[in-house]
Amino acid sequence: MMAEYSPEYVGTVTRYVFVESPSMTPGELALRAYEASEGVLIKETCFGLQVTGEPEAVDRLIEEIRAFDPNHIFVKDRGFPPGDPRRCRANLGGARPGYLGHEREFRILRYITHGLEELDRRGEEAEVPEAAPAHEKKPKLDIRRLQELIETEES
Amino acid sequence: MAKVFIYPATSLILSDLVARFGHKPLGAALGIRERIQTAGVDSPPLQITPEEPKRGLKYAAVEVPSGVRGRMAIYGPLIEEAEAAVIVTDADLAFGCMGCARTDELILFSLRQSGIPILELKYPTNEEEGVQFVAAIKKFLAGLPNGGEA
Repeated sequence: MMAEYSPEYVGTVTRYVFVESPSMTPGELALRAYEASEGVLIKETCFGLQVTGEPEAVDRLIEEIRAFDPNHIFVKDRGFPPGDPRRCRANLGGARPGYLGHEREFRILRYITHGLEELDRRGEEAEVPEAAPAHEKKPKLDIRRLQELIETEES
Repeated sequence: MAKVFIYPATSLILSDLVARFGHKPLGAALGIRERIQTAGVDSPPLQITPEEPKRGLKYAAVEVPSGVRGRMAIYGPLIEEAEAAVIVTDADLAFGCMGCARTDELILFSLRQSGIPILELKYPTNEEEGVQFVAAIKKFLAGLPNGGEA
């Protein structure tokens, strides 16, 4: 028997705010975000915040939050509202699904911060180095080597 | 503002940079949110109902496992909507079960087939690569037909 599903927080958006800054902790960020929240639900986490509310209100708050420390604050969308029992680790135990992915990228954030700062410093007209092409062709298996492998397998 | 598909679709870095430079990142969260906020049959944890593999038939053949078709029901419409894509090719965090792995392959294939502008790059491993990474994304996004703030 399939149960009926009645969603909560319909029409809202939730965003993660990550802070990786030498001058601001998630706690400080939360305090300053509360001051500017104006009806947006804010949940403090170990890495920053989750903000939930009407899309326009969340966009406005995110704009204000980013201004605190633009190159050290990172934002992304979240599908679930905060504390959702299907995702919250209070109900599941262990890390929240998706947390490990964030943790992996969190370690790279300092390079991104450096990149953003460096581009700011060099300005719009500055020459920016081209990234190396990501598509490196693997060398194909040599036909003679393949023949050797087949013969070794057969013998 | 262009709609830019990001891969890995859950990437914090790509999502942030695309939004920071004035465009709309299309990631997994948007598809999941749509399902989580739509009333219907209770199907935890991601509200992927039996309807989803049917919708996925638009993107994968009927003999493709329902796990892939169900996932494509989330990503397919986003890929259709996308006007550009940023792909990180060495994203070791984008791993999972066979359903996830095959869906990821199909996503990359679909993006490359779609003919939209695509930027492929690797995660930075030092500060200089960080500059190149951000610069490449900024330049790519600034060159998109719908502009942006970059």
